[in-house]
Order: sequence, then structure tokens, then C-alpha cells
Amino acid sequence: MGLTLSWLSVIILIPLAGLFLKSLELSPEQFWNILSSRRTLNALRVSFGLAFAAACVNLVMGSIIVWALVRYRFPGRRLFDAIVDVPFALPTAVAGVALTALFAEKGWLGAPLAALGIKVAFTPVGIFVAMIFIGIPFVVRTVQPVLQDLDPEIEEAAGSLGANRWQTIIRVILPSLAPALLTGLALAFARAVGEYGSVIFIAGNLPNVSEIAPLLIVIRLSEYRYADATAIAVVMLVVSFVVILTVNRLQRWAQSRMPAR
Amino acid sequence: MTIEVRNLVKTFGSFKALDGVDLKVNDGELLALLGPSGSGKTTLLRIIAGLDWPDSGELLFNGEDALAQGARERHVGFVFQHYALFRHMTVFENVAFGLRVQPRAIRKDEATIRARVKELLDLVQLDWLSGRYPSQLSGGQRQRIALARALAIEPRILLLDEPFGALDAKVRKELRRWLRSLHHEIHVTSIFVTHDQEEALEVANRVVVMDKGRIEQIGSPDDVYESPASAFVHGFIGESIELPVQVEGGIVRLGDRPLALAADGLAPGASRLFVRRHDMLVGPPGSGAFEGAVQHVRNFGPVQRAEVALSGGKTIEIDAPRDKELRAGDTIGLEPRRYRIFAG
Repeated sequence: MGLTLSWLSVIILIPLAGLFLKSLELSPEQFWNILSSRRTLNALRVSFGLAFAAACVNLVMGSIIVWALVRYRFPGRRLFDAIVDVPFALPTAVAGVALTALFAEKGWLGAPLAALGIKVAFTPVGIFVAMIFIGIPFVVRTVQPVLQDLDPEIEEAAGSLGANRWQTIIRVILPSLAPALLTGLALAFARAVGEYGSVIFIAGNLPNVSEIAPLLIVIRLSEYRYADATAIAVVMLVVSFVVILTVNRLQRWAQSRMPAR
Repeated sequence: MTIEVRNLVKTFGSFKALDGVDLKVNDGELLALLGPSGSGKTTLLRIIAGLDWPDSGELLFNGEDALAQGARERHVGFVFQHYALFRHMTVFENVAFGLRVQPRAIRKDEATIRARVKELLDLVQLDWLSGRYPSQLSGGQRQRIALARALAIEPRILLLDEPFGALDAKVRKELRRWLRSLHHEIHVTSIFVTHDQEEALEVANRVVVMDKGRIEQIGSPDDVYESPASAFVHGFIGESIELPVQVEGGIVRLGDRPLALAADGLAPGASRLFVRRHDMLVGPPGSGAFEGAVQHVRNFGPVQRAEVALSGGKTIEIDAPRDKELRAGDTIGLEPRRYRIFAG
């Protein structure tokens, strides 16, 4: 108990407290001015907005991937299962370079898309793609064990009671998976908000357009404007904390309704 | 509702789960499918429910082809061995599920659904649990909720897969009696699968004994117990003594020893002799067809169970009345009051 708490403090709480203390050096007015500057607001909007959109896409696509991996037996299933973890393991810079090369105007995917008039690399769309890439394993890996645990008999039961496929999915399967889906969504979101390495390569990093908040922090630091950097960091911290807390609450609520067996 | 099964065949890979099964189930009957695991009884039940499809054969409900319909259209209530309750729903919502997913045109209004669910929960005597979640119930309660849920759609047939398999012995006995009286009350054609002979004999009107994908015998509980149709049925139902014998020229031999047993109408060759444990009558040495030495005696409820080493090598267990004096080391004669000899 004591050990856990001390370790947690050293690793997480003390650095966070340091961050808050640093931000206290600012007067509220300065703090507000930094945050309400156009560039900061745009960076935060890009980071949180795209991260949320990417997390939603991952939720849907991740669920479909999980379904296929758990419920179907097909050649190469184990390989696909392993590939899901690649975004976990790949250094983010490598991912960023790879995605950029792929989606650049002369890249394998970038060229046909450019022909259609869609530009991915060096635009917000690029950020979105990178965030989807790094977030997908979070949804898959949180939902997978829960779905594996879900007895296929409950689908047969729903069917024999007269439910069609759609009713079975909406009324039986999704509610059973809801806590895991929420957790996966939150983790993918949190990861996408904080993602730096892979995004900055593909983003183009145009201020106000495709500049993410973490990058702005780094820029401020390199300009020796530590207070600015801290202020942005605090906002990101608070928002992330609120998201995690909300999901935690939702999960607790869902679990009180159906304890694991 | 009558059910007719004609020449049903189902294979899983190279395993023959059903190997040409014919069966007629009468309206309002409570039928048991009894057999060891792997005998095909659950496969047969799942095919009737529409959860599996046969490779070939016919399935008729009231004379109409049922294989053309999916599980949804068959109106069959199915109770799963592990209940398969929806764990994110209360007991009430579990039971109401079948009513809530009905097509809009025939769906009842909320008040009717509530009344119907309440009625069903009363029927299974669990009205007081309607707000709980399945994880908060005992095994026996879950089983009864699963049954209430299956009954909600007013099924034409009720199918139960090992309904008491996951419960402890005492709850099992209670639920058995309860199921029989429930069937008496609602009279829907019902089939349940079990590997427990006692369960089948106690609950069902008729028992279907299955082995290796085939039906060995169909009959009343008395029939299958008193006049088993095959060596398998005799060995599977009731406690039997099984002895390998030779039939030659109208004489039955155990090893080298001729037995004073009638061999009329028996085909010559290797055969198997079956006797119920309590049908072996104990007498003085030299009387009866067998002779043996008592090894152990244990009191076992209303009987005493003795282990007897027959002269000829084989050791058997017999049940004798408690007032018969038996002691380890005695030499006794044994006469089978009733016995059956099957070829092979």
C-alpha cells in the first residue's frame, strides 16, 4: 500500500504537481491571455477535435476488427491479431515517416487520392489519419477479451426468443460490450490527444491550421516562453483528466448493473 | 403440437453426431432424451430448435416442414444449460425480452407486457426478484428465470438442454419435481436432454435412450428400466452387473464353468449377461447358478452392498437386503432372479 502510493507519487503525481506550480507563476490574466490567443485556441481545437473524431472512427472500425478476430476462423487470423499491436510497438517517428511517405503527393496512396483532389499529407486530414493509426490497438485490445468472454449462446437465446439480427446486436451484444467500448474510446482518445511523434511528420504544422497543441508546447519551450508552454499543458492535463474520470464513472455505473458473473 | 423426425443425419467433420434418427413426439408430452455425452442428444435438440441444421432428413411440426424456418419463426422456447441470461438486464427485462422484440404489428402494449411478465414470474415463484440482475441470483433461480423467459413467447414447443446439469444435488431434486408439476399445469409439448437416468425416469412420460447418434430404445420409464432393448440400455440404465459369457449348444458358460441358465433362442458365440444388482439372490454355497466369496460388505441405505469374487475370476457388486447375514470371507451361492443375455 505505502509502496504503491509512493511509487505512484514519484512517477505521476510529483511531475503533475510541478506543472501546476509552474503555471501558478502566471497571473490569472496572463493565463487567460495565453489561452485565448488565436494560435493556442486553434491548436487545442485541432488536437481535441481530431482526436475525438479519430477515436470515434477507431471505435467503429475497432469493433468490426474485434468481431472478425474473435468470431471467425480464417487463415492468417493470428498474423492479423499480431499486426494490431504494431502501432503500439512502432516508434512513433517511424510511423510518422511511413505515413507521410505513403500519403505524400507522390506516395502509393497519396497519388491516387491527389488525383481525386484529396490531399492528406500536410493537412489536418493527415493528423486525423495518424491519430487513427496509433489509436486502433487501444479499442481492439480492450474490447477483445470482453467479447471472447461473451457466450455465443446469448445470441442464440435472443434468436430463439424472436429477435432478429439487428435487435440482437442493439439490445444484447452492444449493451454487454458497452463498458469495454467506452474504455477503448477513452484510451484511443487520450492517446490521440497526446500523440506527437507520428503527427508532426504528416501534419505540415501550419499555425492555426494543422498545428497540434503538443507541438505548440514544444515551440513555446524552444522560444523560452515556459509560462505559455505550461499554461497549454495544464489545459490539456485538465481535459484529459476529466475525460478519464468520466469514463471511469460510466464504467463503475455499468459494472454495478452487471458484475462480471 | 406434434414433432416428427425422419432419418436425421448430422456430422461434424468426421464425427457422426446423428446417424439416422427417427422419432415421433406426441402433443403435450414430456419427453426425455437420455444418453451419455457424445450420443447426439443435444444435437437433436438444437436441430429441433433451429439452432443447427441437419445434413439430411426431415423435421415436421404438426406435419409441416420446419426445416424451412429459422429459429425465430419456429416459436420454440429453448432453455440453455448455462441459462444464457442477458446479464445487463434485470430479471424482469430478461423475461420481457421475447415480448419486446416482436414485430410492431403484433407487439403488445406496455401494460400487457408488464402483466404477462408478472404472471410468468409468479408461475416460476420468483416475482420478488424482478428488479435483480442475473449475477445476483442462485443457479436454481437463474434456471427458473431462463424457463420463464422461454415461456414468455408462448412457445409451441419447450426444449430444455441439460436443465439441471449445473446445479447441486438438492436443488436438482426440487427443480425436477417442480418441472413435472409445471408441465402438468401448462401442457406444452416438451423435450429435455439429460445424461442423468434418474432425472429422465423421474420426470418424463417417455424416455428416448440414445447412444452414438442412434436411438437405442423409446419407451415409458418402466419399459426402459424393466425391459431394456439392448445391452447398451441395460448397462446405462440402472445398476447392472455385466458378465462376459459364451453360448454353446444351449449352454451358457462363464469361463469354463457352465451356468444353470436357460439359453433358449440365443445365438451361439460370445455374449454378455446382464443382471440388476438387487436381482442377484443370495443362498447357501452350491445353490444357484454362481458361486463366490464375499470380499467386503458395506451398508448402503436400505441395502447392503457386497463385493463378491466369483469362482471364475470376475468380481461383482450385489445389493442384498439388510436382514441377510453376510460377512467378508463367506462363500455363497448366487441365483439371478431376472437376467438378460445379449449377443456380442
